[in-house]
Amino acid sequence: MAEYRLEMENVSKSFPGVKALDGVHLKVRPGTVHALMGENGAGKSTLMKCLFGIYKMDTGSIKIDGMETTIENPDDALHKGLAMVHQELQPIPERSIAENMYLGRYPKKKIGPFAMVDHKTMNEESEKWLKDVKMNFDPKAKLGTLSIGQMQSVEIAKAVSQSAQIVILDEPTSSLTDNEVEALFRIIRDLKSRGVAMIYISHKMAEIRQIADDITIMRDGTYVGSWEVKDISDDEIVRQMVGRELTNVYPPKEDYRTDEVVLEVQNLSSIHERSFQNCSFKLRKGEILGFGGLVGAQRTEIMEAIFGMRGIASGDVLVKGKKVNIRRPKDAIAEGIGMITEDRRGTGILGCLSIADNVSISSLNQYLEANVMLNHKKIEQLVQENVGKLSIKTPSSKTLIQSLSGGNQQKVIIARWLANNPDVLIMDEPTRGIDVGAKYEIYQIMIELARQGKSIIMISSEMPELLGMSHRIIVMCNGKITGDLEGEEATQEKIMSFATQFGN
Amino acid sequence: MTKKMDWKQFLINYGIICVLGILVLYTGIMRPKFFTLRNLQSIALNVAPRFIIAVGVSGCLITKGTDLSAGRAVGLAACVAGTLLQKADYSGRFELTKNLPAYGIWWVLVVLLISMAICAIFGLINGIVISYLNVPAFIGTLGMQLMVYGICLVYTDATPIGGYRDDYTYVATGRFLGIPFLFWIALIVGLIMWFLYNMTPHGKYMYAIGGNEQAAEVSGVNVKKTKIIIYVMAGVLYALAGFLLGAKAGGTSVNMGQGYELEAIAACTIGGVSVNGGVGRVSGVLIGVLVFELLKSAMQFLGIETNYQYIVQGIVIIVSIALDIRKYIAKK
Repeated sequence: MAEYRLEMENVSKSFPGVKALDGVHLKVRPGTVHALMGENGAGKSTLMKCLFGIYKMDTGSIKIDGMETTIENPDDALHKGLAMVHQELQPIPERSIAENMYLGRYPKKKIGPFAMVDHKTMNEESEKWLKDVKMNFDPKAKLGTLSIGQMQSVEIAKAVSQSAQIVILDEPTSSLTDNEVEALFRIIRDLKSRGVAMIYISHKMAEIRQIADDITIMRDGTYVGSWEVKDISDDEIVRQMVGRELTNVYPPKEDYRTDEVVLEVQNLSSIHERSFQNCSFKLRKGEILGFGGLVGAQRTEIMEAIFGMRGIASGDVLVKGKKVNIRRPKDAIAEGIGMITEDRRGTGILGCLSIADNVSISSLNQYLEANVMLNHKKIEQLVQENVGKLSIKTPSSKTLIQSLSGGNQQKVIIARWLANNPDVLIMDEPTRGIDVGAKYEIYQIMIELARQGKSIIMISSEMPELLGMSHRIIVMCNGKITGDLEGEEATQEKIMSFATQFGN
Repeated sequence: MTKKMDWKQFLINYGIICVLGILVLYTGIMRPKFFTLRNLQSIALNVAPRFIIAVGVSGCLITKGTDLSAGRAVGLAACVAGTLLQKADYSGRFELTKNLPAYGIWWVLVVLLISMAICAIFGLINGIVISYLNVPAFIGTLGMQLMVYGICLVYTDATPIGGYRDDYTYVATGRFLGIPFLFWIALIVGLIMWFLYNMTPHGKYMYAIGGNEQAAEVSGVNVKKTKIIIYVMAGVLYALAGFLLGAKAGGTSVNMGQGYELEAIAACTIGGVSVNGGVGRVSGVLIGVLVFELLKSAMQFLGIETNYQYIVQGIVIIVSIALDIRKYIAKK
């Protein structure tokens, strides 16, 4: 038997304009759990997609049990003994457990010329595999009746039934209760004893200590190193994950903050148990307040709740000391709050409309004549002003927004909010998918706004951006605020350690 | 972009209008009477009420909805107006309204307003069902189509209605400055809708919702209110069209307006209103209705049997929407 069940060597992958993976290695021994760690965007998912043939590697090789192989697509990966338990399960809750396990590979029996699904065999086989991972479910029950943890066990049983020798677990415990985590670990240990190799993607230190044997750390698409878990401390892991050189690509700023609190959030809790709970913070006039954390820390959710896009179970939002009741974005806008959402395409741009329409849509009432008619001249004036001020590169204000680059689209959205003259601007990942030049311009706009006495909340998953732009940084983990750092005292290590405080 | 691609784009955008244009020209050459003033006028008189219906439906389509209850609402309005505007001495007067006194000419206007109010209520229900109950417009208005038809059957007991007062039929036959009232009314409706679509926040909100409903909501657009206004206004327009069609025909029955919603949707799509939302102009709707009515008339002149005409109309509806979807895919 080869020393490694899976060897990925020197894997590189480029997308237009960005090198997502650069010479990454990953070697997994049979019968072990191998933790794969790294910040958001370190390239873990890209690496797994290369392994499953979803992306084609530019360079690099894959060996399974010492034999060099290529994987063309996810189906091919399955035949070669790879299986993935997804972070976000995509089951069909209204169908039975057995049908979910055998989706796309139903056992068939022939009745005359017709191939029919052999339900009996399917149910029996499913039950056998479920028992194999110590799960006692009725395979005919609807999948939707199970808890998320149980569904995950079904996924694992499915992987086992496909005789997978390499199983990838992508943040498997992110939505599990403690008991469910215990059940999961029992199954993992069982698989280990059978020689199955597992890749375990997680940010939770305690879990890694508990279940993983080896660890590989990635950073910004590069390979940092591999260790046995017992040879590396938690601090060292954090240091290796964030240990990049900080280069100064941020425009200079000063402390424009005054003592006036413009937005205060008190004990805010989501209607969803697993979302943000009991969060409190204050935003001061002229402040750029950064929100850091890992994907899934519920930063976007809390901001969208403040803006009236999501439900709030309890807690208060105060604008300039006055309690407000925001049920819809419209209400938030009336209170002087603006929101640039994370998903520019989904909730930002009005694709098939012009730049002029996109800029003016949330401030149309300002250009009314006799209360009914829009003054197009005034609108055009506003648009031209902003196109100039934000240096939006476009042939005309009639151009459709969807034909602009990401950076210019983002500037149009910023212009939309500036037209409303908000006191608080929430910017969720304001520079995601934007080229370096436009990024710098957006930073300049943010600093100029703060200088004028506006307050900005910036959610960012890019550590350098967070450190380079914020006067103050709040860190969230798993729906809770775990850290609050003044700009000068914040370091990558401190943020990372707050961001991984799962409290277990 | 190559020349070949441009041709493809051109065909996607204007293909159906070109094909129908050629058919119309062919008809004109083969049947010289097609291009007589008389025939063109009769086509134009058909266009006027259809345009009013289509422009009502266009608002629903632009916000990614639809209104399948349009045709039946037209029928109900025609029946309501008809039963309230029969001659006092007409022998076959409608049971429920036969004791209605012979009011003056103002009664015609009041009846129009009554029809509008009734259809506005159904539009309001459509709007509420779609925006508050989140029922897909296709299903919600399909249910409404059946309901309105049922109500119309209950009300009229399926008896045909005729014997209209002269001042009611005069709405269809009368002229101002030598041009039929129907034209003037359609023109005024077109102008009002153009103003609404292009010059008011309501219009901008409508296009924004069609472009990206969630983004519109985030931008502070009152999505629910805007949609409700659109469906109520559509109802009012159907009522107007039904009122006019009744006057034009001089009588009506429960079958009035059947299938008009499909013609209206087809006309909108031919005229460049996208079923993917966010795109559409009042002038486009007018062109679409015109082209569709020309097609119908051309088929009559060519002596194509009515039964076959339905088949052709069905094909035109599917092709026009398939082409519209192509535009959307091409952009992806």
